[in-house]
Amino acid sequence: MQADIYNVQIDDIFEGPMDLLLHLIKKHEVDIYDIPIALITKQYLEYIEWMKIMNIDIAGDFIVMASTLTKIKSRMLLPSHEEEDEDPRLELVKPIEEYLRMKSAAEKLAARTLLGEDTFVRNPRLEDHLMDHEAEIIPVGLFELIDAFQKILENISPHERVNITADTISVRDKIVQIVEIFETRGSTTFNELFPKDAEQSEVIVTFLAILEMVKLSLVRIIQNTRTGIIRLFYL
Amino acid sequence: MENIKNIIESLLLVTEEPLTIDRIKNILIEPGRKEVHNALTELSAEYEARKGGFLLREVAGGYQIRTRPEYREWIKRLIQPKPLRLSKAALETLAIIAYKQPIIRSDIEHIRGVNCGGILRMLLERKLIRILGRKEIPGRPIIYATTKQFLETFDLKDLKDLPTPEEIATLGDASLENME
Repeated sequence: MQADIYNVQIDDIFEGPMDLLLHLIKKHEVDIYDIPIALITKQYLEYIEWMKIMNIDIAGDFIVMASTLTKIKSRMLLPSHEEEDEDPRLELVKPIEEYLRMKSAAEKLAARTLLGEDTFVRNPRLEDHLMDHEAEIIPVGLFELIDAFQKILENISPHERVNITADTISVRDKIVQIVEIFETRGSTTFNELFPKDAEQSEVIVTFLAILEMVKLSLVRIIQNTRTGIIRLFYL
Repeated sequence: MENIKNIIESLLLVTEEPLTIDRIKNILIEPGRKEVHNALTELSAEYEARKGGFLLREVAGGYQIRTRPEYREWIKRLIQPKPLRLSKAALETLAIIAYKQPIIRSDIEHIRGVNCGGILRMLLERKLIRILGRKEIPGRPIIYATTKQFLETFDLKDLKDLPTPEEIATLGDASLENME
C-alpha cells in the first residue's frame, strides 16, 4: 500500500451512476418525468469532478452516463422540426423507471423472512450463510458523504485553502489517528473529524481515510434522518 | 393409512431439504397427492393453532419445518450464524436476475448502469444464482438464473411467489422517497 497515489475503489460497495442520478433528482425534488436536464447534467458533472479530485476510482460507467446526459441536453437545445419528435429525456426516464422497479424489488426481497437470519431449519447449513466482509451495508451513501464533505470544505477559510505545506499526512496515518479517537470514544460525528482550522490537504486525507475504513469494514456510518447528523461507529 | 400425518411429520423432522409432495408420496406409496397435501395443510394448521417455536413453510417447491421469526434472537445466541447481509448492490443484482431470468450480464449491467462482475461471482459462490448456459449470440455470453437456494433463503414457494411486476410498478415513486 503506497501513500502517494491513493485510489479508492467504489464499485461493489458504493452506488453507481444511476444512484447518483437518483440522488440528484431526489435532492432537487424534481419529477422523474420532467427532469431539468441542464441542471442535473451540470451537477452530475460536478460530482464526477469531486470524485476525480478525491482519487475515487470512478468507473467508466459514470462517464457513459455523463455522455448520455450531455447528449440529451444538446438535443433539448436543438429546435424540434417535427411534431412527433419524442422528448429526448425519454431515453433517461425508461431506465430510471426500470431501475426504481428493481430497487423496490430488492427492498421487498430484503424484507422477507430470511433463512439464516429470521428463520432457521433444524440442520442449519451454516456454510451457506458465510458472508464476505465487503458486502457490508452502509446506510449512508457515497453521495451523501460527498455532500457533507463539500460543506466542510466551504467552511475552510480561503487563505488556508491555498496553503499546502510539505508536511502532509498519509491516509494510513490518518486511519490510525481516527482509530485512536474511536478507541477512546466508540463513536464520533462526521464533522468532529474535521477541525475548523484544518488545511485542505488534511481535510481530503481525512475524507479518504473514512472511505477506506468503510471499505475495510472498520466503521459503520449512519445518518440521523431528522437531524441530518452523520455519525461513525467503530466496529 | 390413519397415521399419515404423524409419518409425514416424522419425515419433515429428519429431512434437511424442503420435502416435496412427490417425495413424500413415493415414500408412503399408498396415499395420493391430495391426501399428502391435506395432511400437510392439517399439520400447518396445527402448528399455527399451537403457536409454538416452529411452523411449516412451503419453500422452493417443498415443505420445511422452520423456526418462528419472533424467536430469531434466541437462536442466534445458540448457533451464531454468519448473517446473510447482502449489500444494496448485491440485492439489486439478485432482484434483477430473479425477475428477468434467464438473463445475461450485459442486460443486468444495462439496468444497473454499472459493472456487476464482482457481485455475480459473489452470488455464484453463495449459490444464490447459477449459470444456465451460454446465449448463442456473438461472444456467447453466460446466462444467469436463480437457484433453489435462492428460493429457500428468501422464503419463496417458487418464482411465481415473487411480487408481480405490476405490483412493483406502482411502487416506483414510493421507492424513490424511501431511498435513504
